[in-house]
Amino acid sequence: MKHFDYLRAEDTTAACEAGFGRGAAFIAGGTNLLDLMKLEVMAPDTLIDVTRLGLDKIEEEDGGLRIGATVTNSDLAADMRVRRDWPVLSRALLAGASGQLRNKATTGGNLLQRTRCPYFYDTDTPCNKRTPGEGCAALGGETRNHAILGTSEHCIALHPSDMAVALRALDAQIEVQSPEGKRRAYYMDNFYCLPGDTPHIETMLEPGDLITSVFLPAPKGDRQVYRKVRDRASYAFALVSVAAVIRMEEGKIAHAAIGFGGLAPQPWRDIEVDATLTGAKPSAALFDKAADILLQGAETHGGDDFKIPLARRLLPAVLEEATS
Amino acid sequence: MQITLTVNETDHTLDLDPRVTLLDALRNHLDLAGSRKGCDHGQCGACTVLVNGRRINSCLALAVMHEGDAITTVEGLSNGTLSPLQEAFIDHDGFQCGYCTPGQICSATAMLDELDAGWPSHVSASLDGPCELTEAELAERMSGNLCRCSCYPGINAAIRDARDRQA
Repeated sequence: MKHFDYLRAEDTTAACEAGFGRGAAFIAGGTNLLDLMKLEVMAPDTLIDVTRLGLDKIEEEDGGLRIGATVTNSDLAADMRVRRDWPVLSRALLAGASGQLRNKATTGGNLLQRTRCPYFYDTDTPCNKRTPGEGCAALGGETRNHAILGTSEHCIALHPSDMAVALRALDAQIEVQSPEGKRRAYYMDNFYCLPGDTPHIETMLEPGDLITSVFLPAPKGDRQVYRKVRDRASYAFALVSVAAVIRMEEGKIAHAAIGFGGLAPQPWRDIEVDATLTGAKPSAALFDKAADILLQGAETHGGDDFKIPLARRLLPAVLEEATS
Repeated sequence: MQITLTVNETDHTLDLDPRVTLLDALRNHLDLAGSRKGCDHGQCGACTVLVNGRRINSCLALAVMHEGDAITTVEGLSNGTLSPLQEAFIDHDGFQCGYCTPGQICSATAMLDELDAGWPSHVSASLDGPCELTEAELAERMSGNLCRCSCYPGINAAIRDARDRQA
């Protein structure tokens, strides 16, 4: 691990100001960052500890919940309000990582976790995300766990989060504080950037921007399902996952918001899929059509060819469960 | 930098490089070698310790970030006598080489508390709790601790027995 200076921020203003400095990085749970620092994939000059800023509370607001950025994945999954009204979020969190990691990993950190592309981790191979312009070893390499939607010729890395997939289906908003002291919010739909020719830029965050909270609006659907398919029964990243938030009225789908993991460089959602389902009567034909729409334009790379038939089966199975 | 770590209810003032992980601080600076370094990447669970009663991977934690926290290692679980889980691991041969055992015991200690707190798991049919410690629940809740000797039958029997002794 390369040397760094450690700074314990006293408040969010001081954190943002320090975070604006060149080579600065925030640390909360550290479960991903420290791993990457050990491998020198990331080598910040200054680490700013944001775990003592009082951002560890979950509070009710406007019929929803305001979740502090350093609320741990364990506490969020176990919160009685989340378990009752946003169960897809508890389910997604519980499907991720291990008990030990969930006790450390935070809400903000989970959103910002880096890809698990093996070439991003292996500093002996080229990676445009790690070193812009270097090339992509995944293309033509081992691609079992890569993205098939939203990729570019420069990067096919996946966003690995389960939590963020549920948050996208729940229309969550991410609140950010800037070094100038201003607060702004992003919908999940607008927070992440597609790789294009700048795969090293993953979100809308600018230097010094600190995620302070995530706002979970009142649930728009009471039928919530998270299903994750992976290589092991536990403690493995998703090959494909689906988060469904559905409300039924008079036998028809009145609200549909479907998030997808394991398919794209960001927690994925396709407004055409949601629009196709909304207002329709559930049927096998409808669910197949939704899968067709989701996967139009999907590009696989050999090792991940299986993701198309897998997603084609998983989405209808989840929709069947959520609408029946 | 100078920090004070509270380990097994004792304060220790240490002068540490900020790069030192909690695991390395325990093993190399405090001679508490019970916590083990397996993968050093949070995948095997051999380094599991309790921080404020919660289980974490001490290899993925910086020592300097844990000033003021109550840290408990496997050495701190036995206060003159072995804890019920430690007894049960002996009774049920919950180990072969023993390398993963301190992590298994620390992890199981906190896992049983999580169960008592009504935390659901990935395999729980309902999120409402409480959960029975079925084989599936046990396997899921302990999936962050690997045993290369594959002593899982003994480990699971030990955890189950300790749970029964608590009840």
